Amino acid sequence: MTLQCDNVDFAHGERPALHSVNACFEQGQFSVILGPNGAGKSTLLACLAGLLKPDSGSARLDGRDVSSLPVADRAKMIGLLPQGAETHWAISVQALVALGRYPHRTGLGLSKQDRSAITDALNATGTSSYAMRTVTELSGGERARVLMARVLAGEPQWILADEPLANLDPGYQIDMLTLLRKQADSGKGVVAVLHDLHHAVRYANHVVLLHRGTIFAQGDMSSVITSANLAAVYGIDAQLFTDEKGLKQLLIHGKIAP
Amino acid sequence: MTARWITPALILLTAGAFMLSLMAGKVWIWPTAWLADDANGWIFLELRLPRALLGLAIGAILGLSGAVLQGYLRNPLADPTVLGVSSSAALGGVTAIFLGLNTIPLGLFGSAMLGAGISILLLLTLARGGGPLGFILGGMVLSTLAASFTAFLISISPNPFATSEIVNWLMGALTDRLMEDAVKALPLMAIGAALLLTTGKALDALTIGEDGARSIGVDMARLRWIIIFGVGLSIGASVAVSGVVGFVGLIIPHVIRGLYGEQPSVILLPSALGGALLTLTADSLVRLTPGPSEIRLGIAMAVLGAPFFLFLLSKKRKQAA
Repeated sequence: MTLQCDNVDFAHGERPALHSVNACFEQGQFSVILGPNGAGKSTLLACLAGLLKPDSGSARLDGRDVSSLPVADRAKMIGLLPQGAETHWAISVQALVALGRYPHRTGLGLSKQDRSAITDALNATGTSSYAMRTVTELSGGERARVLMARVLAGEPQWILADEPLANLDPGYQIDMLTLLRKQADSGKGVVAVLHDLHHAVRYANHVVLLHRGTIFAQGDMSSVITSANLAAVYGIDAQLFTDEKGLKQLLIHGKIAP
Repeated sequence: MTARWITPALILLTAGAFMLSLMAGKVWIWPTAWLADDANGWIFLELRLPRALLGLAIGAILGLSGAVLQGYLRNPLADPTVLGVSSSAALGGVTAIFLGLNTIPLGLFGSAMLGAGISILLLLTLARGGGPLGFILGGMVLSTLAASFTAFLISISPNPFATSEIVNWLMGALTDRLMEDAVKALPLMAIGAALLLTTGKALDALTIGEDGARSIGVDMARLRWIIIFGVGLSIGASVAVSGVVGFVGLIIPHVIRGLYGEQPSVILLPSALGGALLTLTADSLVRLTPGPSEIRLGIAMAVLGAPFFLFLLSKKRKQAA
């Protein structure tokens, strides 16, 4: 199963955001979309999620155009964790997570299947202990996990996350990354937009590096995150290495003078 | 958690307020005299019954559409007037009075509904493609435009009699509404309410923002369409028969949230009940005020509503602190 972009062009009004983007994501991998601010990361993710329709080209899920899939089918297969962790009303955690069942629900109430998916999602994110609390009472870290539980409750084959680590403390960031990693290991496709290169190299195994709306490089971590690529895209002097525990780490020395 | 007695209590109170509205007035008419073949029986059938029915329906519509719009715009300050439908329907009504069309059957009602209909079409065009922001901006533009045209008509109105009739009508009242008014307005309100009641699940989904809602399969264009038609038909019809009655749509969803929690789908029906309860009660009270003429319902509602709203706000601020 693959989620891919074929020759995607997209402009926000007059401002071009993506140009001839070809990218391919596979299930069982934790993919990250990297690139400096304004490189088109979120736009690319929104195209993959079917929220934006490319001006030309297409996003394809197993060969089928995402933007022409029936809305409910798309929603069942692709789960999106949007940017910003919005929760507008003080509803219960239970009710929020139940929103993940929206594309599956037919009647008024929740089916047995819906309930078990919600329970599983709460358990997987370690949030079952506050299922009865109100989302607005939660800390930022707790809320991020609950919102992820909402995505998991839909049992999507693909999980797309736009800046899932924003505003989280390091401990919660690691929780979130571990959770995404686990989902990828269990065979789901995970695609996340990240800003933090250190975390990206540690947890992801596939990278799409965007630069000014085009793909600069894509592939496995060590082939894409090279000192030359980081210098060209981010203007930083950095080096990927493997630490004494065998983990990938990125050492950033500083900015390269323009 | 919601206590079990709240919904039955709300239903009972609303039923009680409906009964009160049937009985209360300069002349009290007890249920035993309702079907009598005399003046009281006539007052009951021709004046009280339509007035109570309209109070019930208009209150319910105001509460319901307030709850839907606050949920859709995720803004607790939204109310049915933000769409500009009320002002446009009011402009339609004022135009009818200005041109003297209110003397012919369906003149005022038809003209007000025409105003509402035009505003629905304009809204659909103005808000196309945009999210709630485009919707609210479109509504504000419409509402300002309609209000200034209304002011213009009042200012050039040739005789003081027409002016006072316009101003009176604009203030909102259920006084002297007849069964034929109810018969015209109720079906449109029922269709609008039925449309609005289907939005609950989508409004819940908007709790996680527009992108979140779209990603789980909410069709935003369809939702906008349903809300514009639902609010347009029901509020348009309510303004056409009663003028602009404010505050109910703004306040009721707040009160209901305090009782039921904030989940948008949960507060829809209770908001309708609450709106009906408040409107029926207020309309009964204005009838009982001493003096030759009644206080207008719209004015009474604002006088009651504004301090109550301030009270709610200060309570909320204390909770937040």
